[in-house]
Amino acid sequence: MNEEYGKIIGITHSIKRKARSLFSEVPLLGWLFGMLIAVILERYVGEALAESLGLSKIPMLFGVVMMLKNPLMIPSTVLYLFTIFVLPISVVARLISGPANRVAAKLLDLPILISVIIHIGLLYAVLYLWSEASAYRVLTLKLTLIAVILTLSLNVVNGYMGEFSCSHPGFMALGAYAASVFTVVLFVDDKLFGHALLPAALAPFMFPIALIIGGIVAAFGALVIAIPSFRTRGDYLAIISLAFMFIVKSMIENLEVVGGPRGLSSQPDLASLPTVFIWTVACIWVTNNFVRSTMGKALNAVRDDEVAANAMTVNTRRTKITAFLFAAFWAGVAGGLFAHVLRYVNPGTFGLQKLAEVLAMVYFGGLNSVYGSIVGGVSLSMLGEALRPLEIFKWIIIPLLLILIMIYRPTGLVAFKEFNVGKLVMPKNKSDQRKSDGAASG
Amino acid sequence: MALLRVEKMSHEFGGLRAVNNYSLEIEKGQIRGLIGPNGAGKTTIFNLITGIYKPTEGEIYLEGKKITGLPPNQIASHGLGRTFQNMQLWRHMSVLEHVKMARYSRITYGLFGAFFGTAKRQREEEEIEEMAYSLLKMVGIAHLAGQIILNLPYGAQRRVEIARALATEPKVLFLDEPTAGMNPEELIQMMEIVRKVHKNLGLAIFLIEHRLKVVMELCEIIQTLNFGQVIAEGTPEEIQNDPKVIDAYLGKGTVI
Repeated sequence: MNEEYGKIIGITHSIKRKARSLFSEVPLLGWLFGMLIAVILERYVGEALAESLGLSKIPMLFGVVMMLKNPLMIPSTVLYLFTIFVLPISVVARLISGPANRVAAKLLDLPILISVIIHIGLLYAVLYLWSEASAYRVLTLKLTLIAVILTLSLNVVNGYMGEFSCSHPGFMALGAYAASVFTVVLFVDDKLFGHALLPAALAPFMFPIALIIGGIVAAFGALVIAIPSFRTRGDYLAIISLAFMFIVKSMIENLEVVGGPRGLSSQPDLASLPTVFIWTVACIWVTNNFVRSTMGKALNAVRDDEVAANAMTVNTRRTKITAFLFAAFWAGVAGGLFAHVLRYVNPGTFGLQKLAEVLAMVYFGGLNSVYGSIVGGVSLSMLGEALRPLEIFKWIIIPLLLILIMIYRPTGLVAFKEFNVGKLVMPKNKSDQRKSDGAASG
Repeated sequence: MALLRVEKMSHEFGGLRAVNNYSLEIEKGQIRGLIGPNGAGKTTIFNLITGIYKPTEGEIYLEGKKITGLPPNQIASHGLGRTFQNMQLWRHMSVLEHVKMARYSRITYGLFGAFFGTAKRQREEEEIEEMAYSLLKMVGIAHLAGQIILNLPYGAQRRVEIARALATEPKVLFLDEPTAGMNPEELIQMMEIVRKVHKNLGLAIFLIEHRLKVVMELCEIIQTLNFGQVIAEGTPEEIQNDPKVIDAYLGKGTVI
């Protein structure tokens, strides 16, 4: 009996090893290409396949909803996912790993920016084709990207700087309302603000300005918290920021100009998928630049030992305030995007539940890590959406998951890992790697 | 004119007078020692001069410029580098990042450079890195540059602290018990490093030490502190034979 068990373990181990060696040389470019093939496949044969498997329609969020609603559908849903996603992605990625490596190495001869842009472009194509299948996918994708911005910006404060800030929904609300008021006043005939001041054709060009205004308003709000609470360290920030969140919420509830508790609606439809995508990429890029510079590393120094940081010429107070305002700015931008995706905001959205969501994403994904924030933001918002049919049980499963993470990986899934873009776009097989290394140094 | 001058500095914690009427003059390139029994106030004096505490009375001048009451980061960028008695390192950061961090006040690329990764930032970061490597070489741990602090042995961590303090380009280097907890072999290596740093960079060094062997060998002039007050000051020989010093260390009326 035992022998057999051992044999089985041995076999699974060797399969794992084989699988790893099979895919270890696939560069990111290969994976992206595989995904592209998969989403194209779904677009053309998805419906037919779903029908032949007895599914009523294409599984939208990887079939979780279908499987939960009707457990009998589990085999055919899994089969669908396997034939449309798993199989094509792995086969294509493996088959083209050779050429993909060569292309990746060639691209590195050019400035790295070009290689990065090509990768991002491919990623966008994959997301675009995937989401095109339904409006529901588009909405989920947009909200997921916004969640990534929120998570990453909160990670700067709670992870990189090691403080505990609770005011992110507040900053988000400030950004959402500021950006909404800006666009509604300028471009919409609205009963609250009267006639549009500018032609609607200008709106897409002014939208970045609206978002930046939202971000700046949020940053001003952050300054109000930062000045009193960064004199010392400790729990002050947590308490003051929590209070700030409630103040913002009730302030908006009592401001009849922006609709009070009924909320503000009729934002123009400006937050298209490419817009949200570009802002997310920009947020990741700027944040990653910041935290990898010596100025950004000062956040870690402040967190690990503030006295030592001070003695090593780091202006700790300025460092803390800068990071806090930076985080608030991006929360404001995320709020602005959020308001224009839903085209309706009300103050109730920006309460404790939102706070719990964002905090969960940060701690689930991993502290002090851009990867972690992406993983946390994407996985929890997708999971939250997928588990929707479970209704109240969703709020048991997700916290349970969080508790398990806290027990087995107290700093989160992918904590303390550097997001090195240069390494990410590198070819993965030895010979091409060496070639491109030589080119880089030569 | 003395490089660093402390005039009649006193400090009180509540009602307790931890440092009383302390004066100090360090010349360029001098190595000075500060000894005294536990609780004499040695580290408090370091903390007062480097700005972690503000002195209740007295003034501190660096190159004739008053630095009393400035925040620690400004005092550090004026040229007072220090290490800590119980090694205050950043536990999630690599050795190289430690040394680079100490260049903070000399970074000129600003937030714009930090956010958008400009060419200027690239250049500056490379310069800082080069300098950090040369300092790590000087203290003999260049091969550990990529390591996280937690993985380092004790002696190497001490060296990181010294390299980090040197990266602030100090005019006076404050070493707070650099050999604490070291075995005899590590102790000799540490003394070598202090000598090398002193010779290569021409710094003034101010040293707190418990082991008399270290102070006696390294320092030109030694102060002895007891209950916050200087009880003796002089060359190693003078200090060794001073009855007040013997009293402070061994107790009054002891027959040796």
